[in-house]
Amino acid sequence: MPIHEQNLIRPENIITNDELEIDGIDVSGHWSTFIESRVVTDYNEDIEDEIAALPGGANIHRCWQCGSCTNSCTVNEINPDFNPRFWIYLVRMGMEQELLRDKDIIWQCVSCNKCTYVCPRDVQPEGVMKALSHWLELKGHTPKSPSMHFDEEFSEQIFATGKIEESRIIRGFFRRTGQPLMQDWLLELVKRLIRHLPLKLLFTMGLANFVRPRTRNWSKAGAAIEEYVLERDLFKRKALGLGPESDDQGAAK
Amino acid sequence: MSDKNLKRVAYYPGCALEGTGHAYDRSTRALGKKLGLELVDVKDWNCCGAMEVKNIDPKIQTYLSSRVMSIASEDMGFDTVMAPCNGCYHNLKKAEYDLENDPENVAVTERLSKKAGHDAYKPGSIETIHALDWIKRSIGEDGIKERVKNSLKGIKVANYYGCMYTRPRHIFPEKDQGPGSESTLKPHFMDDLLQAAGAEIVDYPLKTACCGGAHTLSDSDTSTKLVTNLLEAADECGADVIATECPTCHSGLEMHQIRAETRFGKKTNSKIVYFTQLLGLALGLSARKVGIHENVSDSLKYFKEKGVA
Ligand code: SF4
Ligand code: SF4
Repeated sequence: MPIHEQNLIRPENIITNDELEIDGIDVSGHWSTFIESRVVTDYNEDIEDEIAALPGGANIHRCWQCGSCTNSCTVNEINPDFNPRFWIYLVRMGMEQELLRDKDIIWQCVSCNKCTYVCPRDVQPEGVMKALSHWLELKGHTPKSPSMHFDEEFSEQIFATGKIEESRIIRGFFRRTGQPLMQDWLLELVKRLIRHLPLKLLFTMGLANFVRPRTRNWSKAGAAIEEYVLERDLFKRKALGLGPESDDQGAAK
Repeated sequence: MSDKNLKRVAYYPGCALEGTGHAYDRSTRALGKKLGLELVDVKDWNCCGAMEVKNIDPKIQTYLSSRVMSIASEDMGFDTVMAPCNGCYHNLKKAEYDLENDPENVAVTERLSKKAGHDAYKPGSIETIHALDWIKRSIGEDGIKERVKNSLKGIKVANYYGCMYTRPRHIFPEKDQGPGSESTLKPHFMDDLLQAAGAEIVDYPLKTACCGGAHTLSDSDTSTKLVTNLLEAADECGADVIATECPTCHSGLEMHQIRAETRFGKKTNSKIVYFTQLLGLALGLSARKVGIHENVSDSLKYFKEKGVA
């Protein structure tokens, strides 16, 4: 099957009976494989508008299903189920249940922008992927993805100080996602890194753990951003028909 | 474009160059000094917003990048700001594009700038360039050839540009403009400069493939797969060195080279080196000056053998 195609027949709907008789006729075995028919009744006509209201999703209506995004996609190359064109189709058709079958991989988009580069309709599929994963989390269909945890850790540091400090991000991220900091490969990395480093630099790097780098005169900018973020959070929840309080239902699941 | 004076430009190092990308900062500054190009640090700069803030809200990323450009142009009076990090470079370019084309973005940037107590950035006041543009346009291949002390002869290099330097095309209006301009499909500025310094450039088909930098930690197995692909292709092409021009790609390649080895038993041989380090060595700077010892992959012995360190 060419990678830009994806049909709606899922393996579990394909049925072969080892022994079956219909109206006195023996239809056992492989030659009479059935595709179980189904009626789709669960169209959710709001999804497209909801995605369009989230950052990155605004141009989803422009898609004409050429498949270039999927053909160029970095993640599709290593996982054929990762199919931006197909997901855009499902959203525009309102086929929520079909979309939810892939809910656990959509966040894996690596933002390489190959899709946005090739898209002839300026859909900006990379942005749509972000809007989709955001939507899945806000609606409580998926817990916060590791990527979202990372983005939040990163952004909170910037809003607070204007800058990031990498080792702090790494520690914060592992804490949020409940992973041990002492990963075998990270240790190996540190070992090789410090092999040649002069003491002075190591000292400065260690120091960054205690003295956070920060932008001078940042507090007003930081406060303005925080205020804007809260405002946008309310807007997003309203656009998705959710209550005002941010109760993190995604994370709780 | 090329007639502009790039002898003195505003310099925006960005967060990564203060951390894991320190060797890039060090070699960029050393190279500038050697070439008589002055870099003036942007005052009180902040993070450009990176991909992470863009994922939370793209308009905040626009504001963050615009603040940097506003300081460099309004407060410091520069018409050019140079960012060596692909992420910073990309984001400043993107902010410029968004502010030229999207009124909603303009409104948010004006509102946030006002509350933060500074002038909103006026689109078109400053040109953002990458470290590659900086050297290519101010010194050029001929200038490098004239100044080479230790030719990179016999050093086989695969040039790796990554995603953010060329994609999406619409934020780089100066690219794909015919002879002399950079190509978004097959970028060549790094190839041109390193070749001028004597290096043997291998034909590397994955020069703009993705290293998975967005998910280095959040989806490490995907990143390791993508990086392994890049590294194995470089080995296959006969390269000894992968030249980089982005701190995120550079440290991603370093990290996942080790991760592929420790977790999946896949050992690859390429040494991962910033293009500024390679140019510095060619111009006669010492290995220490360009921070070869700060790289994770050990290349000192190799460069010694080749007579450039
Ligand atoms: S490349 Fe653009 S128009 Fe084509 S299927 Fe993908 S999103 Fe739709
Ligand atoms: S940005 Fe995401 S969806 Fe687009 S090509 Fe890259 S990985 Fe695929």
